[in-house]
Amino acid sequence: MTISDADQAWLSAVVANHGRHATRLLQILRDVQDHFRHIPRPVMQLLAEQLGVPLAQVQGVTEFYSFLSTQPQGRYHLQLSDSISDHMLGSRALGTYLCDKLGVADGETRADGRVSFAYTSCSGLCDQGPAGLVNGWWLPKLDRSRIDRISALVEADVPLSQWPQDLFSARDNVRRPGLLLSNPVASGSALKWSLMRGLASTLDEVDKSGLRGRGGAGFQTSWKWRFCFEGPEETAVCPVEKGERMERYVVCNADEGEPGTFKDRVLLNSHAHQVFEGMTLCAGIVGAKQGFLYLRGEYLALRAKLEAVLAERRRLNLLGVGILGREGFDFDIEIHMGAGAYICGEESALIESLEGKRGTPRNRPPYPVTHGYLGRPTVVNNVETFVAAAAIALKGGVWFASHGTEKSKGSKILSICGDCARPGIYEYDFGVSIAQILKDCGAANTFGVQVGGPSGVFIGEQEFERRLGFEDLATGGSFMIFDKTRDVLEIVRNFTHFFAHESCGFCTPCRVGTSLLRNAMDKLCAGHGAAGDLVEIGNLGQFVRAASHCGLGQTAANPLLATLERFPELYQSRLKSISFEPGFDLDGELSTARRMTGRDDAHAHLEQESV
Amino acid sequence: MNIRNTITIDGTPVPFQDGDTIMDAATRAGIYIPHLCHNPEFKPHGSCKLCTVNVNGRNCSACTFPAADGQQVLNSTEELNATRRTITQMLFVEGNHFCPSCEKSGNCQLQGVAYFLNMLDPHFPLFYPERETDSSHPDILLDRDRCILCELCVRASREIDGKNVFGLSGRGIHTHLVVNADSGLLKDTDLTPADKAAQVCPVGAIIVKRHGFESPIGARQFDQQNVSEWSLSWEPAAMGDEHG
Amino acid sequence: MAEKIKVATTSLAGCFGCHMSFLDIDERILELAQVAEFDRSPLTDIKHCSAAVDIGLVEGGLCNAENVHTLREFRKSCKILVAVGACAINGGIPALRNRVPLEECLAESYLHGVGVENPQIPSDPELPLLLNKVRPIHEVVKVDYFLPGCPPSADVFWKFLTDLTSGHEPSLPYPLVHYD
Repeated sequence: MTISDADQAWLSAVVANHGRHATRLLQILRDVQDHFRHIPRPVMQLLAEQLGVPLAQVQGVTEFYSFLSTQPQGRYHLQLSDSISDHMLGSRALGTYLCDKLGVADGETRADGRVSFAYTSCSGLCDQGPAGLVNGWWLPKLDRSRIDRISALVEADVPLSQWPQDLFSARDNVRRPGLLLSNPVASGSALKWSLMRGLASTLDEVDKSGLRGRGGAGFQTSWKWRFCFEGPEETAVCPVEKGERMERYVVCNADEGEPGTFKDRVLLNSHAHQVFEGMTLCAGIVGAKQGFLYLRGEYLALRAKLEAVLAERRRLNLLGVGILGREGFDFDIEIHMGAGAYICGEESALIESLEGKRGTPRNRPPYPVTHGYLGRPTVVNNVETFVAAAAIALKGGVWFASHGTEKSKGSKILSICGDCARPGIYEYDFGVSIAQILKDCGAANTFGVQVGGPSGVFIGEQEFERRLGFEDLATGGSFMIFDKTRDVLEIVRNFTHFFAHESCGFCTPCRVGTSLLRNAMDKLCAGHGAAGDLVEIGNLGQFVRAASHCGLGQTAANPLLATLERFPELYQSRLKSISFEPGFDLDGELSTARRMTGRDDAHAHLEQESV
Repeated sequence: MNIRNTITIDGTPVPFQDGDTIMDAATRAGIYIPHLCHNPEFKPHGSCKLCTVNVNGRNCSACTFPAADGQQVLNSTEELNATRRTITQMLFVEGNHFCPSCEKSGNCQLQGVAYFLNMLDPHFPLFYPERETDSSHPDILLDRDRCILCELCVRASREIDGKNVFGLSGRGIHTHLVVNADSGLLKDTDLTPADKAAQVCPVGAIIVKRHGFESPIGARQFDQQNVSEWSLSWEPAAMGDEHG
Repeated sequence: MAEKIKVATTSLAGCFGCHMSFLDIDERILELAQVAEFDRSPLTDIKHCSAAVDIGLVEGGLCNAENVHTLREFRKSCKILVAVGACAINGGIPALRNRVPLEECLAESYLHGVGVENPQIPSDPELPLLLNKVRPIHEVVKVDYFLPGCPPSADVFWKFLTDLTSGHEPSLPYPLVHYD
């Protein structure tokens, strides 16, 4: 295709709006995708010229992110979440219904170019699934009648802006507010109090609170902030008070991609001021002038609201130059959108993505806290961590530390979905038992819980007295419940597909290993597993865990290994009695030859297993 | 030279210099750690994971992990070599590696490492991926079937040749090498056989045409010496002029 | 003297090069004959394996249905099954066709290729049907040992068989490991 003069002018304006910075490449590509419904090759060439980067880099970034496409998508691009919780609510059958209804195939664009369809990783609406997206906008609570309405709107070519709002509206579903959700911080109050008290003392309060990162890994927040302001320079100087220093950055990780997690969605929807307040505090303490909110592509619907909150904070002098009248306290926040890549939740991959590159995790050390965005000291924290930090700045470290357990202070906000009466947001002090949580959300006949999402751990009934906390069950917040009607192997199979799809491809063990695990689970679930396969899959899982470069690969086999250890009988019951069976459809391998020769005699077929 | 400190590798004390990785210290001391994406002329990459060693109980990539005083490094153990063998098998099954028909056979580092690790079989089911071959360039062939995604050509073209001829695209198992030209073809780049990028490929993915099978079987690189002897024959000297 | 070890051999989608290389053990075959005898093999022209074969040497990968049947007979009859050579191990040269869809392979050979007269795809039931892709044998049966090489040298065969017949766990030292 050739690019019209009007489109070239449009593109030049977009590039100019983004300041011609190569770091904005991914953001620009998102705009291009919206405009052309794909990334045309000639546009890649123009972008390469205008941003001064190699064409191969533009292509490399384009083909890394799931939400960017080199083939034209429909004017209406429909996606259905492939999270296990959506599966359990019938998403696959619904997808088939939708495809039939619209005459479109999975992964394809209809011939008239109007509509395309694809499955996508968890869209962050597991409490109101089956959920989907249309051109990136949420479609919660899908059922056949909604699909009928959507199909009619598509066929009538009604612009998205004129679709009934009820199709898009997602609910917060806060079921149990706790320490943080019951004590929201009024805009600016934590900052004012901190400036009065002194930022150094505020850092001491964060230290006293014992707050640890809420993304799951649990690094002590005050240490991270201290390392960042100390930075690679020789001397530690609290910045607002003094001198010229290397640029620093504060990044909020809102790439909430772990299937089953949606608490950041709610925090950003209803507590955005507090998120930004926490970031601004951090900036004051470490001496950062620039902050970023890295928002996952699936949360496009939140963007306008967040921009409005940022604008309001600028008006209130809670962002910008001389925040709250304090000379030298300059800080602002930009929103960067992701584009469908779970790996960007890993902090160094997120930073690469912020720089407009492919989201592959960096080698560590050095860590982002000393060599992060553009090689500068960078704090990357989870949304919930900033929310907690703002509350701590206002109410003090002791207030926070008086909740929770010895090693896990404060509370944890959980995203609960799956087999329970009341899915949604639950906040508990650390130390709460799994049994208590199950009771509160109305779970019955529970077989097991995936704590922390696919990268976490699967626990069974015997372990429901275990407790949330870094001492026992650490979690980023995902809490997926499965009752006794569910097939554990299908759950694990769903997770292995997820990891194989999301592996970035940088290191060998994860790139190849996650695909091998996926294929092995497909074989088991299709009923073709033999005794040798169990040993093999266990060994492979251990290998991928031990040999992979980053957390994605190191945790990709968790669901498999956890369930294999706890429920070996479930796996064994699926095996054939023979010791070996091919991992592919042997008779199917003859299908082409049968068709072309017109044969269907006995010799034209093969048994799957040797008799 | 400022030799300050010492690590041990498999119990042997090994001195290291400021800024050394474990790989640097080992190479300088004449200890071979298997590797493919690492080449001392370039900034370490850390992607192939073949150089996985155990440092104070934790697995790390020797090529990127900084040496620090008192580290106890395990390298040549049965367990680590088993891990490395599995990684090598994965590299073989994800691509299309048919050694008997490959010009690089005998001089191929993937093969050399596999021999060193006594890899006798691919163990896993083969992927037989469909990948494009680019034979458009008059002097250079790009056979993606053999590519192991080490990015040495990407780094060489960017850092040494100053041409940016190559890049990686795609994600996960679909990651692949792309050529920086409108057509996506090598003939439309300024790559020449003299470029480092045309010479650095450890496997047979990028080869200079009309030089295949020049050495008879028995006289090729890894017929003469094993990959550890070969590596140590030139890498310690090459560490001096790092371009990264 | 103890009963002789039974050895069976076959070539599936291979070129018989591995068999030729095996015969390159030259006069050592007399030594081997002291302890082993050949069962089913192109060397003996015995068509099927007897009930209890000790060692089955399989050259070549799987390109058609008959290869699968032969391989399964070997697996059933042989205590120890050995993948011999590049083709048995990873499909080898025949697997180069895997990048071309089978449909195109057959059409080119029998319908549209240069010099084709009376175009038709052979469909006699006597002819084994081709598999979509050529596969290594370890994807269809359990394989106990692998002897890489194209072909494995006579010394590889010799080392492997003498290890086995003398009761050692077979191993190949560095100079004997080659993929070409």
